[in-house]
Amino acid sequence: MSEPLKFQYEVDGDNFTSAGQASVQVKKVLRRLGLDPETIRRVSIAMYEGEINMVIHAGGGEAEVLIYEDSIEIILRDKGPGIADIDQAMQEGFSTAPDNIRSLGFGAGMGLPNMKRYTDDMQIESTVGVGTTITMRVNL
Amino acid sequence: MTVEQLAQCDGMCALACPAPEREICGVYIGDLLSWVMGRAEADNVWITIMSNVNIIAVAALADTACIILAEGVTLEPSVLETAMAKEINVLQSAKPIYETALLLHELC
Ligand SMILES: Nc1ncnc2c1ncn2[C@@H]1O[C@H](COP(=O)(O)OP(=O)(O)OP(=O)(O)O)[C@@H](O)[C@H]1O
Ligand SMILES: [Mg+2]
Repeated sequence: MSEPLKFQYEVDGDNFTSAGQASVQVKKVLRRLGLDPETIRRVSIAMYEGEINMVIHAGGGEAEVLIYEDSIEIILRDKGPGIADIDQAMQEGFSTAPDNIRSLGFGAGMGLPNMKRYTDDMQIESTVGVGTTITMRVNL
Repeated sequence: MTVEQLAQCDGMCALACPAPEREICGVYIGDLLSWVMGRAEADNVWITIMSNVNIIAVAALADTACIILAEGVTLEPSVLETAMAKEINVLQSAKPIYETALLLHELC
């Protein structure tokens, strides 16, 4: 099998207004590759939710996107506080977002559920005090 | 109906219309961004009162046809610039959300 196409991005934890740039970049790449619009939508929304979470909850991190012949893999790594109770975090409506973030329209507690819904597989590895790695896969 | 045609309706005003030919299909209403990303469909009109720059990214990723800011909500010049750069249509409705939705119901 041929090597996957690989893209890497730094996600800046301080700049909230530019958050989402990596996802917008990836969307452009997928468009250029000629993938169908619904797949592009699923991949880029799932990645954006993860990217925003790294900015809001983890002070930034890094994103890697691997495009295989039959799937796309998105890996998001941060060195934030980690998630103590993953089952709880996955519940619709659960959020620890502070008020200033909520006033921007985030903090509905729907990001992780969206990531799960829009991808074919999602794995969360998290250690409190060390960080979080989320791996998502969308089949083509 | 296209975004340009919608912009010409009574009570509507185009704040940024970089993709006027875009066809609209269906409506989603909401201010919580993750709800919008989870529930809005491509080509929807998205009615909201949120006006910070993150709505532009959300509209781009969710692939909505246009944002309508209800209640006469406006955009900061820097957000308008981002909308133009990302080719996101943004209209303004002088009316509240409910009346704006009723108008869309008549139109499409
Ligand atoms: N990368 C992360 N590091 C640490 N905690 C996280 C991370 N991602 C998510 N969380 C925790 O999981 C909770 C739920 O995340 P989720 O994305 O579903 O909701 P939210 O970000 O709070 O709100 P929304 O995504 O709807 O704007 C967060 O409030 C936060 O406590
Ligand atoms: Mg989130």
